[in-house]
Amino acid sequence: MRQIAIYGKGGIGKSTTTQNLVAALAEAGHKCMIIGCDPKADSTRLILNRKMQNTVMDMAREKGTVEDLDLEEVLLTGFKSIKCAESGGPEPGVGCAGRGVITAINFLEENGAYGDDTDFVFYDVLGDVVCGGFAMPIREGKAKEIYIVTSGEMMAMYAANNISRGILKYAQSGGVRLGGLICNSRKTDKEFELISELASKLGTQMIHFVPRDNEVQRAELRRKTVIDYAPDHAQADEYRQLAKKIADNKNFVIPTPITMDELEKLLMDYGIMEKEAVA
Amino acid sequence: MKIRDHSELFKQQDYQEQFQRKKEFENGWPAEKVKEVSEWTKTKEYQELNFKRENIKINPAKACQPLGAVFCASGFAGAMPFVQGAQGCVAYFRSHLSRHFKEPFAAISTSMTEDAAVFGGLNNMLEGLENAHTLYKPKMIAVSTTCMAEVIGDDLNAYIKTAKEKGVIPQDLPVPFAHTPSFVGSHIVGYDNMMKGILKTLSAGKKGESNGKVNIIPGFDTYTGDYHEIKRLMGLMGVEATVLADVSDTFDSPNTGEYKLYPGGTPLDAAMDAVNAVGSIALQSYSTAKTMDFIEKEWGHQKRLSITPIGVRNTDKFFEELSKLTGKAMPAAIEAERGRAVDAMVDSHPYVHGKRFALVGDPDMLLGMISLIMEMGGEPVHVVCTNGDKKFEAEAKELLASSPFGANATVYAGKDMWHLRSLLFTDPVDLLVGNSYAKFLKQDTGTPLVRFGFPIFDRHHLHRQPVIGYQGVINLVTMLVNTALEELDKKTEGSASFDVIR
Repeated sequence: MRQIAIYGKGGIGKSTTTQNLVAALAEAGHKCMIIGCDPKADSTRLILNRKMQNTVMDMAREKGTVEDLDLEEVLLTGFKSIKCAESGGPEPGVGCAGRGVITAINFLEENGAYGDDTDFVFYDVLGDVVCGGFAMPIREGKAKEIYIVTSGEMMAMYAANNISRGILKYAQSGGVRLGGLICNSRKTDKEFELISELASKLGTQMIHFVPRDNEVQRAELRRKTVIDYAPDHAQADEYRQLAKKIADNKNFVIPTPITMDELEKLLMDYGIMEKEAVA
Repeated sequence: MKIRDHSELFKQQDYQEQFQRKKEFENGWPAEKVKEVSEWTKTKEYQELNFKRENIKINPAKACQPLGAVFCASGFAGAMPFVQGAQGCVAYFRSHLSRHFKEPFAAISTSMTEDAAVFGGLNNMLEGLENAHTLYKPKMIAVSTTCMAEVIGDDLNAYIKTAKEKGVIPQDLPVPFAHTPSFVGSHIVGYDNMMKGILKTLSAGKKGESNGKVNIIPGFDTYTGDYHEIKRLMGLMGVEATVLADVSDTFDSPNTGEYKLYPGGTPLDAAMDAVNAVGSIALQSYSTAKTMDFIEKEWGHQKRLSITPIGVRNTDKFFEELSKLTGKAMPAAIEAERGRAVDAMVDSHPYVHGKRFALVGDPDMLLGMISLIMEMGGEPVHVVCTNGDKKFEAEAKELLASSPFGANATVYAGKDMWHLRSLLFTDPVDLLVGNSYAKFLKQDTGTPLVRFGFPIFDRHHLHRQPVIGYQGVINLVTMLVNTALEELDKKTEGSASFDVIR
């Protein structure tokens, strides 16, 4: 069983990418599971074809304690038998979402949610590694590989670099490794080259360049992955390629994060700032 | 100056006047109103409201996870319990255990404060481990956590590895750990988590040839007499046993005039070798669930009945299980003890038979006590288990259904002593079984109390007598029947029934 955590800047498309990628893995015959680690609980919507109603924390709130929860109540099955669970968490502005993630993952683990027959477990983790709770999926014994979803936008790259710093901390004491950057294209200038270069600076690879295509949005509106909604569309093949590359990936590294100056220089070298200067 | 005793001090006129003035100053309710409300709390109407209560627990019969964790850790030789978290919590664990056992108790806090809550507790952990190792020279440091470290998600595994890599503590010092959030479970879960953590760390890479021994895991048992008793019984059976964790010396060490920081406990080499035993038996089930799962999966020891040997039936079952594991039959000496226990029950049963009981305590201890009471013909009526789950509720119900004496019982899992207070008013019983905090129920309802479980702060030495095994049956029967007889004397004073022979 491989446990994989997906990180990246908020709004970059982690959940969409993860679900499409997992759908492709499941289509290829792998037994998969997604654990959403985000209070918004939207990491499994495209697999279940509806928003998850019973998150672990919602059920815990209802029952008063997580101890009275049954696994069947929070572990649902969706497209191609993909198992889905969502940590859930507090409303914005109150409580502690990080603790919710810790509680949810502990519950799933202790109650044997992973099973022996699962090939891939994916953790779809909210935004940055902002606190101890959001590092839960990469602690000892859990996810050993991480992929960062990014784009050619500066803040997405900044977040990717920041997340690498978080991984570095855990990589030294635990066994977690960076498997690569997934570029979810925003059609910025020289995006392919820029992210390839960032990847090489971080000591890793750009495992796949997912082009931007509105078919993803059309599928999302129907609460489906592209694999499910339009299996013959070219975009579905992109996710299949990504899935295959991840399944076959052997390139796992301890990342080498760069400084803010280096990051700015990178953007400069690839012409973004230069172009602005000319204009 | 004459120093007045506490029990008399506050009855003196000056104090009484002070209380009166304080009440006026605080704008307190008049005595009649207080009495009126107090009477109302005894009604059925109040009970219904009380049981609808959702957002507050009043006198819950439980402590928190790290208390169980430090208790467990202290049962290993040379081990220092070490808590990642705030100071106040750890002060509470120390005083709680000291008040029960009347013994000193050492445990370390990493004294996390505001900055640690923001930046994570790594530095506290590093400094704490370094200080603990340098000052107290432990052979093992067993790390657990308070809520604070848990809410911010401190990663013990990574922190301890970092401490070793930085050379703060030696690489080969065993530093097992357990995440023990206080807001989940109770002291019995903390005990379980810590035990699993310790056994996991100590047994790593030690699997070898069978050593022919048996592991006994008592669970969260605060009767030091039980530890002496289990070792004595194993001796009589001719079984070589390792008790994990043996807290008997920690909390019952001889007073030699010299303070020992590490007074005893299960030797670490014996604990390391526990993986090579022929099997493991737990004497409690709810405080050892995860540990026994671990032992089954990782050590390959067969899953066995975890029954608390309290009462004749349960003790019989324990010895049957032990015989299955070791192939050794019960020797005549233990059979004779069984006979004496049965004799004691026969002698006392007229005063226990038909008596109605309310019980409050930990799940395993309750199941043992219910079993014993029903063996004597006593009738459990209210069973309150604050830290009991659905599984406990089902098991307790099944046990009660197995005897006609259990027919009138209701099991209240997750309820507290304030719920029990209502029940004792609306549906009174003859005897109450519970820890020292139940004395307030005795005060309010007049139900005589048999002190049993943890903590017992207000009576001495009860923990020195075993409550398990056939000897334990005799001790518990003594307590039950004599409390019933005290009450009988109290009720018959000055009448023709105030008899010298009972």
